[in-house]
Amino acid sequence: MLRNSRSGWGLISILFHWLSALTIIGLFALGWWMTDLGYYDPWYNQGPWVHRSIGILLLFATLVRLVWRFVQPTPRAEGSRLETIAAHLGHIILYVLVLGVMVSGYLISTADGRGISVFGWFEVPALLYDLPNQASLAGDIHWYSALALMILAGGHALAALKHHWLDKHATLVRMLNPAYSMRSDSES
Amino acid sequence: MLKKTAFATAIAAAALVPLSQAQAAEYQIDTEGQHAFIQFKISHLGFSYILGSFEEFDGQFAYDPEDLDASSAEIEVQVNSLTSNHAERDRHILSDDFLNASEFPTATFTSTGFESTGENEGVLTGDLTLHGETQEIEMPVTLMGEGDDPWGNYRAGFEGSTTLTLSDYGIDMSDFPESMHELELYVTFEGIRQ
Repeated sequence: MLRNSRSGWGLISILFHWLSALTIIGLFALGWWMTDLGYYDPWYNQGPWVHRSIGILLLFATLVRLVWRFVQPTPRAEGSRLETIAAHLGHIILYVLVLGVMVSGYLISTADGRGISVFGWFEVPALLYDLPNQASLAGDIHWYSALALMILAGGHALAALKHHWLDKHATLVRMLNPAYSMRSDSES
Repeated sequence: MLKKTAFATAIAAAALVPLSQAQAAEYQIDTEGQHAFIQFKISHLGFSYILGSFEEFDGQFAYDPEDLDASSAEIEVQVNSLTSNHAERDRHILSDDFLNASEFPTATFTSTGFESTGENEGVLTGDLTLHGETQEIEMPVTLMGEGDDPWGNYRAGFEGSTTLTLSDYGIDMSDFPESMHELELYVTFEGIRQ
């Protein structure tokens, strides 16, 4: 139930997936909104503070999620050979973009050597700083990779709906219901 | 014998005088030894000041105490090297909200004239190009010292400051209070005589 099998996703993978999805979309919306705030807006400093804090927590969660992904079985992909290759490639790019967005975001805020405070609970130190033009370059990468991530995530959602409505696959349902991981191979 | 030596010295001295007046000595600004700073100071909402500096620039000047009118200076600043000790603020200042450094990566100053206003003091006039817009500015400058340095070179050092109105350079500060519409530019550097 908690663990993955070749037939379906366990509860842990399912929670990682949907919490990440909500957080990533929320961070994108927050980031979009907060960068357009006027200097006098009460959220001018508060917005980035929340954005950075949640981003760092998501980074830690994603690292744990990736470890879980590697030590656990991956449910069999459904669809034609071309579809499964495209899906596999798409998923790798999604992970790379998620990490790229978070790392570039971290590199903006730590470009002057100061760490990032996570909700005031603890501070993540700066590891890479004082590179030439670091904040601006990391900022550009952050924005464009976030945009690419949103577009690819949209495609990811459309593909899931296609599996569900057109192909009548269990692809989407098994990302919602951990019971699929308990089924024997023949039933999947 | 003595007469001959005195004569030779006089000839040599006479020959040297026009040489030293022929052109002002050229100095390279000592950015390598980092004895050169370009700083700015701008109000923060009227509460305090934000101080910052440009870390990368290069330039040279000509200066001759015997011919001050021939003084000149040329400086090129890498705008992206701006720092105010706060990476996110630096990124904002460099963005197209303010300096738009990706489109205008350099700022330059080229002097057009110099007027002595007293002992070791004068006003340098020149064209400042910032954010792609060129304005004539006047910067009062002071000679702080010159002479042989301990490492075998000859140095001269100056300081100067001027106030810039940011809207003159197409930088829109209208969202900010009046006190932030201007900034103070402070420059100090040593040059090594070439």
